[in-house]
Amino acid sequence: MASTSTPNELQNPLEGLTPERIWQPPSSSQRWGDAVFRRLCFAFAVATIGLLVWLVLEIAFKAVPAFREFGFSFLTGRTWNPNLHQYSVLPEIWGTLYTSLLALGIGSAFGVAAAIFLSEGFLGEVVFGILKSFGIHLHPFWGKLPRQMEALLKNLIELLAAVPSVVYGLWGLFVVIPVIRPLCNWLHEQMGWIPFFSTDLSGPGVFPAVLVLSIMILPTIAAISRDALVSVPPKLRMAAYGLGATRWETILGVILPTASRGIFGGIILAFGRALGETMALAMLIGNANRLTLSLFSPANTLAALLANTFPEAGRREVPVLMYAALVLLGITLTVNIAGAVILERAVAQAEAK
Amino acid sequence: MSEIVNPAKNQLHKLESEGVPNPFKDVDFADLELSLYRPRTFFSILLSWIVTLMTFLALIPLFTVLWMLLWRGGKRLTLALFTQLPPAPLERGGGFGNAIVGTLIMVGIATLITVPFGVLTGVYLAQAKDSKFASAVRFAAKILTGFPSILAGVFAYGAIVLVTGGFSALAGGVALSILMLPTIILTSENAIAMVPPKMKEASIGMGATTTQTALMVLLPTAMPGILTGVMLAVARAAGETAPLLFTALFSNYWLMSHGRFNLMQPTASLAVLIYNFSAMPFANQVELAWAAALVLVLMVLATNLIGKSLSSEQLHQ
Repeated sequence: MASTSTPNELQNPLEGLTPERIWQPPSSSQRWGDAVFRRLCFAFAVATIGLLVWLVLEIAFKAVPAFREFGFSFLTGRTWNPNLHQYSVLPEIWGTLYTSLLALGIGSAFGVAAAIFLSEGFLGEVVFGILKSFGIHLHPFWGKLPRQMEALLKNLIELLAAVPSVVYGLWGLFVVIPVIRPLCNWLHEQMGWIPFFSTDLSGPGVFPAVLVLSIMILPTIAAISRDALVSVPPKLRMAAYGLGATRWETILGVILPTASRGIFGGIILAFGRALGETMALAMLIGNANRLTLSLFSPANTLAALLANTFPEAGRREVPVLMYAALVLLGITLTVNIAGAVILERAVAQAEAK
Repeated sequence: MSEIVNPAKNQLHKLESEGVPNPFKDVDFADLELSLYRPRTFFSILLSWIVTLMTFLALIPLFTVLWMLLWRGGKRLTLALFTQLPPAPLERGGGFGNAIVGTLIMVGIATLITVPFGVLTGVYLAQAKDSKFASAVRFAAKILTGFPSILAGVFAYGAIVLVTGGFSALAGGVALSILMLPTIILTSENAIAMVPPKMKEASIGMGATTTQTALMVLLPTAMPGILTGVMLAVARAAGETAPLLFTALFSNYWLMSHGRFNLMQPTASLAVLIYNFSAMPFANQVELAWAAALVLVLMVLATNLIGKSLSSEQLHQ
């Protein structure tokens, strides 16, 4: 069929549109708005740095009176006695470092294991093994299962991080402590001569706190380690297999060393988290001003001390607590800055490849 | 097994008889099989099992936490929980309606503070990219991510409680905002940086100012990613206890007092209620703590999952 319309009858889509209606230079009010918006964005960016500085200064200045009064002996003494107005935080510093390091040991072992499991295709093997036993091979639907399971497992481990710490504290108080208590007391009876088991677990103590703390930092370590493992170039893995290495010779000899910086950075960041973690420890560690090696004895940490003492602090106690907060701030800032720098270098190293 | 190997062996014998040297003459084929009796393979298989076991062990806490919450918290889950006030010691029944309202209000205050602050900083960082100042801001945000929550409380105590002269919902909101800010900055920067450069270039090519480009092209396109960041930050803040302990304190009453709504008074929150009630020797309070934990976890996980689903939709598009 011949078309009746001629090109002249077609509507010109650009009709009536002069260049001035398509684009035009910004009006003066738009320019003014632009300048304001840009400065606003810049001001907020400056304020971010300003906030960090303000946080540090606020705590530091409020701590000055206590610093004048107690000086550095605050860091080395062992007494905390509001009645005599004698304060020092060595047991709390020790408790903070001791619990965090122990939790870091457990958390990084499990976190790195989970990261390896999720990044090296182990899950595929497990799922395919199960499918094979049902006689299902290379099925278009079931074949996708390992990948979906991997995503599900990764999300489940991330959900561990989403549970509020106070809920972990509650769980530790009513589930973990009753469960591990017989085991701990048995260890104390059998091997009480070892300093780690030198007291019995009568309720809250270092060990339950460490257990719960390690569960809380595990997702951080697992997520960052997994990212580091996934970003290892596949050709390294193939080369190792090609040389005849077994799977674990490849993982231990090639993949982990290549990803080690990223993993290490993640562990340092998790250490920072553990040092500053408050609620689970305040609920589980027992708040005893004690300098102890024993895993079953109650102890205290800087964050737990602040949480438990601050709400009822009097005028004279506030500067002392601010001093303790300053000590905690110093420790965590150092660790966090170190972790951020290491991770940044690891990323730069991965991108350079 | 021999049926499978034989054809290959026959082939080799044939080749050998034709004068071709057998390349596998010195190879013991049994030696190449995966066997538990060889230390190398045994070690490999053992470690595989250990890693599998450790991963599933790491998930046990998640399931026991959820199970205990449903079991012990689910028992008390009634409508009265949401409408009544916390009971006095030895009193029966009661709920934590004021704590839910308090949590929502304080998280709301923190969101009002941090969303403009964080998103605009994110816009700045995405535009400035690699300038020295932008790297410094990014570094400050990363350091803030690891800032201990209790110290945010100490800061708000010094900056708000001591200045205004009392514990208040406002101080609690400010303390929470310090914990939300870095998440919002970093996720909105990422979301904006992921907008295809051609869209931005097209906008600038049409004569749009930086502001018009940011408000009408970059932000709408990056919206799902930014919302994810906001939701994750809200979920984290709703579960925080430490910053509220000595900024908002706790209260057994509604925020509404004498017919007037007052933000400058001690305020209850779910997290602090769990902490306070878990240490009480009364069964009723402990039960309420578990129920509050269930409600809190449901709120936090729902926010978290909704936030994550928002950005996964964006990735699929």
